[in-house]
Amino acid sequence: MELDPLVLSRIQFAFVVSFHAIFPVFTIGLASYIALLHGLFFKTNNPAWDRLSLFWTKVFAVVFGMGVVSGIVMSFQFGTNWSNFSQAASNFLGPVLSYEVVTAFFLEAAFLGVLLFGRGKVPQGVHLFAAIMVAVGTFISSFWILSASSWMHTPAGVELIDNRFHVISWMDAIFNPSFPYRFAHMAMASFLTGGFVVAGVSAWFLLKGRDPEANRRALSMCLWLLLFLAPAQAVVGDFHGINTLEYQPTKVAAMEGNWETSTNVPLLLFAIPDQEAQTNHFSIGIPNLASIILTHSPDGEVPGITEAAPDEQPPVIMVFWAFRVMVGIGLLMIAVALTGLVLRRKGRIYHNTLFLKSLIGMMAMPFIAVLAGWMVTETGRAPWLVYGMMTHAEGVTPSLTGPMALFSLIGYVLVYGVVFYAGIYYLTRVVRNGMLPEEERETTGENFKRPMRPLSATHTPFDDDVDPARS
Amino acid sequence: MEMFDLTLIWAFIIGFGIMMYVLMDGFDLGLGILYPFAPDEDARDVMMNSVAPVWDGNETWLVLGGAGLLGAFPLVYSVFLPALYIGVFLMLAGLIFRGVAFEFRFKSRRNRHWWNRAFCWGSAIAAFAQGAVVGAYIQGFDVENYAFAGGPFDWLTPFSVLTGLGLMAGYALLGATWLILKSEGHIQDWAYKITPMLLAIVLAVFGIISIWTPFVNPVVWERWFGHLQLIWIFPVLALLCAFTVYRSVQRRREGIPFVATIGIYVFTYLGLIVSKWPVIVPPDFTLWDAASAPESQLFLLIGVLFVIPIILTYTAWTYWVFRGKVRVGEGYH
Repeated sequence: MELDPLVLSRIQFAFVVSFHAIFPVFTIGLASYIALLHGLFFKTNNPAWDRLSLFWTKVFAVVFGMGVVSGIVMSFQFGTNWSNFSQAASNFLGPVLSYEVVTAFFLEAAFLGVLLFGRGKVPQGVHLFAAIMVAVGTFISSFWILSASSWMHTPAGVELIDNRFHVISWMDAIFNPSFPYRFAHMAMASFLTGGFVVAGVSAWFLLKGRDPEANRRALSMCLWLLLFLAPAQAVVGDFHGINTLEYQPTKVAAMEGNWETSTNVPLLLFAIPDQEAQTNHFSIGIPNLASIILTHSPDGEVPGITEAAPDEQPPVIMVFWAFRVMVGIGLLMIAVALTGLVLRRKGRIYHNTLFLKSLIGMMAMPFIAVLAGWMVTETGRAPWLVYGMMTHAEGVTPSLTGPMALFSLIGYVLVYGVVFYAGIYYLTRVVRNGMLPEEERETTGENFKRPMRPLSATHTPFDDDVDPARS
Repeated sequence: MEMFDLTLIWAFIIGFGIMMYVLMDGFDLGLGILYPFAPDEDARDVMMNSVAPVWDGNETWLVLGGAGLLGAFPLVYSVFLPALYIGVFLMLAGLIFRGVAFEFRFKSRRNRHWWNRAFCWGSAIAAFAQGAVVGAYIQGFDVENYAFAGGPFDWLTPFSVLTGLGLMAGYALLGATWLILKSEGHIQDWAYKITPMLLAIVLAVFGIISIWTPFVNPVVWERWFGHLQLIWIFPVLALLCAFTVYRSVQRRREGIPFVATIGIYVFTYLGLIVSKWPVIVPPDFTLWDAASAPESQLFLLIGVLFVIPIILTYTAWTYWVFRGKVRVGEGYH
């Protein structure tokens, strides 16, 4: 088999960016939750809120630290594997991505330290302010990243001169047509992710009988949030889809598995798209529903994949199925949120073991949905890197060879595998050790007054044997 | 806007950023390189503790430099990174491992030796790769159509291996003199003992590189042996700093060795810049060829001018808070 540097680079980018995205998706939602907990504590002075914010701040510290470490690679990826694209798009992407870095550093320099280590050392109001600023900062960071990504889907405000994009209007380029929808969809995804993780962990604590007062509050709050957010996300997603229909019709056609432009298009529940034959096998669908969703009329016309020449079509099977995974999980989330409402009326959300266990199981779901959603939008753009203007093949580094790309791909998989394993392993220890009274907690027992870095906000030991100095 | 040459301003900012990075991440990478030679586990604790509060702030400059290059000098970004593909990967992998090691070593007991290894190897590989980048920069790149056109191992030559080892030795020297400043007792004695050896290695390697460079690169030859005699001030000042390091170690001064080592770096760096100025992607492309559009440079400049003072203040504050000696089993006060 011949090693294609283009394919390998795409796999590598997808791997690295997916791996990285897991962390910010969670921290963006969690940062707002922590700010809310601080606000509630500030207002009511109920120590339950303080215990919750103390625990979740520790989790935040570990996840934020892992996000920073995995993010270092991102700022070099564009150059190593996509040098022609970097060179061409630098006038827009360079400043926009740099602003993301600048925001993140400003945030860390100014407020993160106060949030993580200021408890009891700065006035409560200042601590609350720091928590709010960290939450705002995570949104500003994602603002820049999503602007850059959206611009590659719906480029605007630029002119292509001598193979280089020149910015004519920063406003048009930054607030490009798909940006508001993508930003809203992603922000809500972050809240859903944070909500389901907090709900799942609270459920686990409740099953263990640990700090029921605080964890009941946390669970109840989360379930109200999810009850509102999960259906709202479906609505926002629909708007995003209609925007995509306008600007990237081929992507929507691939999402629907609709090969020929036609009216009365069914919503396919199952199909095996066949790119060679340009058709589907074994399709089962609900008549007219795709037309209704996309055009709000049963005989509305839906564009077909074949509008694009075969070599300008995305890999349909990936887009088609990733979309179904995302939507399927979205529906599952709505179902869980509604179940919570029903059980709440009978006062059983804190005791129903099956429900609590299924909440624990749901923790991984939003992450899978987010990655599936990104797969839909990113592979759905293929073969375009900058939609309608530059293809993946034009953007890839010309000097890159197959073996080089394979080497780095395997390398990143190994490095991230080790880091991820260590990080998740450690995170589960932090959770297992969470929400306990002080005297029952395991600590590293170091008599060091440790320097202040994000991960240092936790004192849970990494491995089992207790410090001999303390035992 | 015509009043300011944005490209020059950006050259200054990026140049300053690289210098900050080399000096600041230099000493903590250096401690990683010295790690296996440390006299005992107490010394390792002190070494790591002495940089733990500042190391990730130090790496801030690397990420800012990477993003800043894409924004201000995209040609540098899109030629250097493909040309050094394998080296960049190794550097990033090294930095990730040591970053994780920093956090988990202290929380770990049974697995501590693994994190020690991760810290040492990560530091050594990252330092070597950075030194090789300098070597590759001096050698120049094969560029066609604003893209790198050479092979995957063009950068790896005897010359770049030497610059890689040279930077490893240089970082180790920075690490040792930092340790003199931050430690006491038997750990400081050890640091005093190894500093002259490291200094000798650094001088030898830097000397060979300095003699070799004009032969690798005719433009540099012309610079040094042409009519521009003022240029010799930089190596003279660097040697003077090296002598100061030696003398101050003999007299067991605590702060001067580190400051004088920084001096060696600064003057060597300035010497390298004047050798190549204004070529940034050798052999053909100057700063102005490599620049992005003026409106892009301006747009980014606003944000960077806002944030750099904040980062500098925060950095200075952190170093101030964590000033003083690091003692065994004690950490910071």
